Amino acid sequence: MSPLAPLGFFAHPPLAAGDFESISTVTVGAGGASSVSFSSIPSTFKHLQIRAIMKASDSIYMSFNSDTTNSNYYSHWLTGQGSSASASSFAGRLAPVIMAGTGASGFSAVIWDVLDYADANKYKTVRVLTGHDQNGSGEVGLTSMLWKSTSATTQIDIAPVSGSSISQYSSFALYGIRGE
Amino acid sequence: MASTYEPIATTTLGSAVASYTFSSIPGTYTDLIMVVSAKLTSGGATNHYYTLNSDTGSNYSYTRLYGTGSSAGSGRGSNTTNIFGGDITSTEPLADIVQFNNYANTSTYKTILIRNNPVTSTVHAIVSLWRNTAAITSITATTPSSTFAVGSTFTLYGIKAA
Repeated sequence: MSPLAPLGFFAHPPLAAGDFESISTVTVGAGGASSVSFSSIPSTFKHLQIRAIMKASDSIYMSFNSDTTNSNYYSHWLTGQGSSASASSFAGRLAPVIMAGTGASGFSAVIWDVLDYADANKYKTVRVLTGHDQNGSGEVGLTSMLWKSTSATTQIDIAPVSGSSISQYSSFALYGIRGE
Repeated sequence: MASTYEPIATTTLGSAVASYTFSSIPGTYTDLIMVVSAKLTSGGATNHYYTLNSDTGSNYSYTRLYGTGSSAGSGRGSNTTNIFGGDITSTEPLADIVQFNNYANTSTYKTILIRNNPVTSTVHAIVSLWRNTAAITSITATTPSSTFAVGSTFTLYGIKAA
């Protein structure tokens, strides 16, 4: 059986060493963090994936290459809230992540896929699987985000909207996925 | 170069079983991904589920998002005895991709994400919580009303962050 490629498709041939590489990892220590950043991202991969668990005191912004112009971003959300499904969209840097609050017992789990992140001919699309459950509350979502820039992605920043903190034990791992 | 994304174990069933377990999972990775392609030996659609570290207590919960082909909806289970997996049938194979981020972290409860699609019924996204800070060392897949058919496959991958 061929192993599963990180983006959810069966790959032929099997992944070789170096096809899915760890680039950088950030784990938030005691006291929390005001932001998490991945910088100097090499352009040698085809796609990026960030795998995370996190809590924060607010919703979070996500920005690329320090671009904080809200009109350059758009997101779509399809979520399940336990009693009903919901669809929505937002203009701006609001990261399409379902966030567990700092007082929650369970962390949010997030998998971001940034497709063709270094392609100078395309705007950048982010696909997200995200959710948290708190045994009686919680939400799960399939979301996406657009960054309207053809620049290669060299930096990704994640920070709470209100300027507060990302909780201790939150962990973010950036991976690069090679194409042929 | 050491591989970041490694197969840990895989099996293709040579005989039907009611449950399948990955045991003795090493704690040396950052995340686990389990891929299940399975169908029932016989019978109509029924639930399948997962348990961790042989824990069958009421220590799980979930929130799910689904589409049936005619509508979208959401549901929830609290104080459940397992991770809800949704329907599995004896006709088309179910495809489960189960993500266990930071599975060996002993400071946090475990949040599990599932994408699956029992073809004849729904497309699904599920988030589940296991209220235990223990590292995950075993994962058991179970179908209570039938058996996993011959040819069903279960594969576990480990992802190691820098």
